[in-house]
Amino acid sequence: MMHIVYMDNNATTKVDPQVVEEMIPYFMESYGNPSSMHILGGQAGIKLKEARVNVAGLIGAQPEEIIFTSCGTESDNTAIWAALKSNPGKKHIVTTRVEHPAIKNLAEYLAKNGYRVTFVPVDRKGRLDMDFFYESLTDDTAVVSVMWANNESGVIFPIEEIAPVLRDRGIVFHSDAVQAVGKLPVNVEKVEVDMLSLSGHKLHAPKGVGALYVRKRTKFSPFLMGGHQEKGRRGGTENVASIIGLGKAAQLALERHEEVNTRVRALRDRLEKELLERIPNSMVNGDQEMRLPNTTSIAFEYVEGEAILLMMNELGICASSGSACTSGSLEPSHVLRAMGVPFTAAHGSIRFSLSTYNTDQEVEFIIKKLPPVISRLREMSPFWADREGLANAVCSVQ
Amino acid sequence: MWEYTDKVKDHFLNPRNVGKIDDADGVGEVGSLACGDALRLYFKVDKDGKIIDAKFQTFGCASAIASSSALTEMLKGMNLEEAQKISNEDIAQFLGGLPKEKMHCSVMGRDALEKAIDYYRGESEKKQEGNIVCECFGVTDLEIERTVRENNLRTIEDVTDYVKAGGGCGQCHDQIQEIIDSVTGKETPKRKEKVGMTNLQKIKLIEETLEREIRPALKQDGGDIELIDVDGNQVLVKLRGTCAKCAASQVTLKHYVENKLQEFVAPELVVEEVQ
Repeated sequence: MMHIVYMDNNATTKVDPQVVEEMIPYFMESYGNPSSMHILGGQAGIKLKEARVNVAGLIGAQPEEIIFTSCGTESDNTAIWAALKSNPGKKHIVTTRVEHPAIKNLAEYLAKNGYRVTFVPVDRKGRLDMDFFYESLTDDTAVVSVMWANNESGVIFPIEEIAPVLRDRGIVFHSDAVQAVGKLPVNVEKVEVDMLSLSGHKLHAPKGVGALYVRKRTKFSPFLMGGHQEKGRRGGTENVASIIGLGKAAQLALERHEEVNTRVRALRDRLEKELLERIPNSMVNGDQEMRLPNTTSIAFEYVEGEAILLMMNELGICASSGSACTSGSLEPSHVLRAMGVPFTAAHGSIRFSLSTYNTDQEVEFIIKKLPPVISRLREMSPFWADREGLANAVCSVQ
Repeated sequence: MWEYTDKVKDHFLNPRNVGKIDDADGVGEVGSLACGDALRLYFKVDKDGKIIDAKFQTFGCASAIASSSALTEMLKGMNLEEAQKISNEDIAQFLGGLPKEKMHCSVMGRDALEKAIDYYRGESEKKQEGNIVCECFGVTDLEIERTVRENNLRTIEDVTDYVKAGGGCGQCHDQIQEIIDSVTGKETPKRKEKVGMTNLQKIKLIEETLEREIRPALKQDGGDIELIDVDGNQVLVKLRGTCAKCAASQVTLKHYVENKLQEFVAPELVVEEVQ
């Protein structure tokens, strides 16, 4: 079988074997409902508690500040609705133009249903327009939601700078940290966000489990109403095995922060540098300084992303693209558009997102295999030969 | 991931007839970089009007490349009368079908072929081009009408899948529906008169106009505008970014923003800046 080089870890990650091992007993042996008053329930309950301690530990929170959910999207929705419900008089929301759809589409829905929403723009490097951000805050602002790091560009937002300002003004601050947790030290003790979302499958736990951090004394109301689970903050029987998996993954992530920041970062940097050197008319999307250590988004001009991905797929290389064709929509990703990436580059943008599972050999393989793919597609492209006249076509469809 | 047939995969991974013909008899080009796909088709005809060679250059996804490759294979050996009858459906069928969302790739093939034949016959100038309906992808009413008719399309979503129209900002959806209705012989309900707007509709329209017509222009200079409130016919806004500091901002407000809002929403609107 062909060796798969997986560099799409911002989409999802491999479940770590140690995580699977932790989970297995909770399917067929200790399969009890944690609420039950018998030995099987008790066993599950103890492990659930342990998982909560581990997830809290990863982000510097108290265990009771962690609510387990089904995914990042549920965490995001819960946070925004909770903030709005606890501030019924306030009708303004501030978020960014480059949020994940879990926030973006919810914010757009709210904008059509009685709320005023400010979408803070980003610059060409994907950095938040901080003047615009501060100016947009009003006494009517109920909640601010800014992602910790962007999934496509990897750009990290200045959450640390924003948090104290919002604290002083008494505005609820939520951060979607789905892409940051596990890749960067995220510590809510130091950075005082009120709520924070994380997702299991981005850090080597299974899909279908996430968590929402809610700071003590933050007003809260549940999104899923039901039983007394999660202290009444999230109804529904706990996804016990997956939560236990998330707990283990959190523990491993904490141990691996250093490796991500050194070895994985070096792999990413080498991949990026070599590709830029070997492939003309290519450039990095986004700020290369304030960026997740595992992510690079590279635009290859005059070729289309889906074609690149499918040719890479033939070679066993898995990555993703901000191109229109891969998503089923007809326009390039809202993130690249918000950044004002020119059309010549937006359609041919490929994101590589690495993990601790990637090796030198794999980077070597991509460096060797990708340049011919790009040249081949460029030779097919009618624009490659007459590219001079097109270089200034700027992406203006917002 | 898209479910492509083996034939699509084959024509994508091993495209036939890539390149250009320097002394081509027919050349047709459709699409653009902005749209995300484009095709330049070339063919050469012998003295009996038979296509003896066809080549293509394509920028686009796998199905765009495969559709182009398929088209050139179909064309070779055909005479022009036969070539003229190739429909987008024929191209898709040659490939064993295309995902619905990718049908526009086959339409792009047909359009390029048509342009190349017109070019060969020296008719490029004569063609009536129609009026642009979808600004985002530059699609005209004639193109939409024809595709609706030929492929028996019934919904706006179908039209987007086949010619991309309506896949961007969505402002043209009403017009697309009207075209579909006129082809299918359905009565189109009269457009709502703007004067009969409720307050909520008015606010919505103001917001849409700001987003679509005004913001992009201000953005170019690093500025932005935010809608604060609408009080009767008074529109309260706040200028942001460089606009907020600009000495000429009042001119921008009165001459640009107000004019646009009067044009697109209601002539009696007055714009005021909130400090």
